[in-house]
Amino acid sequence: MSLYIDKIKETAERLLKDGSVDMVIGFRKGSVPMMNEPCFIQKPQEVHQLVWDSNCGINLANYLTDRKEKIAVVAKGCDSRNIVNHIVENKIKREKLVIIGVPCTGMIDKRKIAGMFDKPIDAVTEDGDIILVTSAGKETRLNKTDVLQENCALCIHRNPVIYDELVGDLIEEQTGIDRYAEVRRVEAMSPQEKWQYFEDLLSPCIRCYACRNACPLCYCPTCFVDESRPQWVGKSQDPIDTRTFHFLRAYHCAGRCTDCGACERACPVGIKVRQFTSKLNRDCLEMFGWEAGLTLDQRPPLDTYKPNDPNDFIK
Amino acid sequence: MNLMEHMGIEPGRLQFSWISSAESTKFVETVKSVTQAVKAIGPNTTYKKNPVKVA
Ligand code: SF4
Ligand code: SF4
Repeated sequence: MSLYIDKIKETAERLLKDGSVDMVIGFRKGSVPMMNEPCFIQKPQEVHQLVWDSNCGINLANYLTDRKEKIAVVAKGCDSRNIVNHIVENKIKREKLVIIGVPCTGMIDKRKIAGMFDKPIDAVTEDGDIILVTSAGKETRLNKTDVLQENCALCIHRNPVIYDELVGDLIEEQTGIDRYAEVRRVEAMSPQEKWQYFEDLLSPCIRCYACRNACPLCYCPTCFVDESRPQWVGKSQDPIDTRTFHFLRAYHCAGRCTDCGACERACPVGIKVRQFTSKLNRDCLEMFGWEAGLTLDQRPPLDTYKPNDPNDFIK
Repeated sequence: MNLMEHMGIEPGRLQFSWISSAESTKFVETVKSVTQAVKAIGPNTTYKKNPVKVA
C-alpha cells in the first residue's frame, strides 16, 4: 500500500507545477504513531511531506466544504463517496476538483492496537499485510486483517467511485460481507435492553463533538447543538441530552453516511457512534435500495419523492 | 421512527399521521387511538429528563 506514495507525490507535484490545482489535500505523518493528519500542500517543493499508509482514516472530503480554489484531493473509497455527496449537495464543484483515487485495503484501528499492549506504543510501521508495532523496545508483528477498523473490515467499496487519477490498480472488492450483524444484534433486544444498551454505550461521552467535526456530512455553519436561540437540545452531559445529540446527529446523516468511520475514529473515549448510523444505513438500503455517495446521477432518497416510497409508518 | 425504536423507545409510543385540516373525523379517531395505545404502554420512564436537583 505504501507503494502508492510515490505515485501520490508524483501526481501532486505535477498538478501543482503545471498549475492545474492551487492546493493538494493529503496526509502527512502525525506527531504520534497511527495518527496521520491532513495536510494542505500549496508548493511543489512541499510534496515530500505526503504519506500514505494504514493510518489515513480521516475523511478528507471534510476539508473540501465550500472551497473556491482548485484542489487535488487524495481519496480512498469512502472519501470518494463523501466527495460525491459534497458534489450532489452543492458543497463543492466537480470541476474544481482533481480526485487522486487510492484503492484502499483498509485502515488500522489505533485503539484496538493500543489495547493489545501494556506499554505505550513507540512506532508502527507496515510491510504489506503485516503491521509492525514497537512497544517498550520490542517489536510485534500483527496481521493487518486482524486489526482493521470495524468499518474497513466491513467495507465493500474500497476502490474510489470517482477519480481523475489513480495511484494503483483497482483492487478486488470484498464480497459476502455481513455488514449489519451489529444492527441485527441490537434489533433482537427488547425495548428495555435497547435503551440500556445505548445508555451504556453513551455513558462515557463528554460531548466534545469530535465525532461531528470529523464527519464531512456535518457542514452546517451553526450546528443545532450549538444554537442557543432557540436551544434545541440541552448542552449538559445529562444522559437524555447526550442521547438526543447522538440520535439527531445520526438522523442528519440518514441516506448520506458512507460508513467511513471518521466519527468513531475521532472519538477520544472510543464510543462506537456508528451504532446509530449503521442502523440508518441498513434501513436506507432495505427501504430505498440506497447506498450513499455511489453516483452523481441520482438524487438521494431523502430529498426525492417516489410514489412507491415505503410509508406504512404514517397512519 | 425506526431509529427511535432501535434505541429503545417502545413500539407504539411514537406515531405519525397525516391529517388534512378538513379531516376532523380522522383527527378525533387518531387522537383516541394514539391515547389508547400510549396508555396501554404505560408512562414513559426512559426518554425523560429528570428535573434539575437544587440543593
Ligand atoms: S457519520 Fe461517521 S461514518 Fe458516516 S459519513 Fe459521517 S464520519 Fe463517516
Ligand atoms: S466524539 Fe465521542 S465523546 Fe465526543 S461527542 Fe462524539 S461520542 Fe461524545
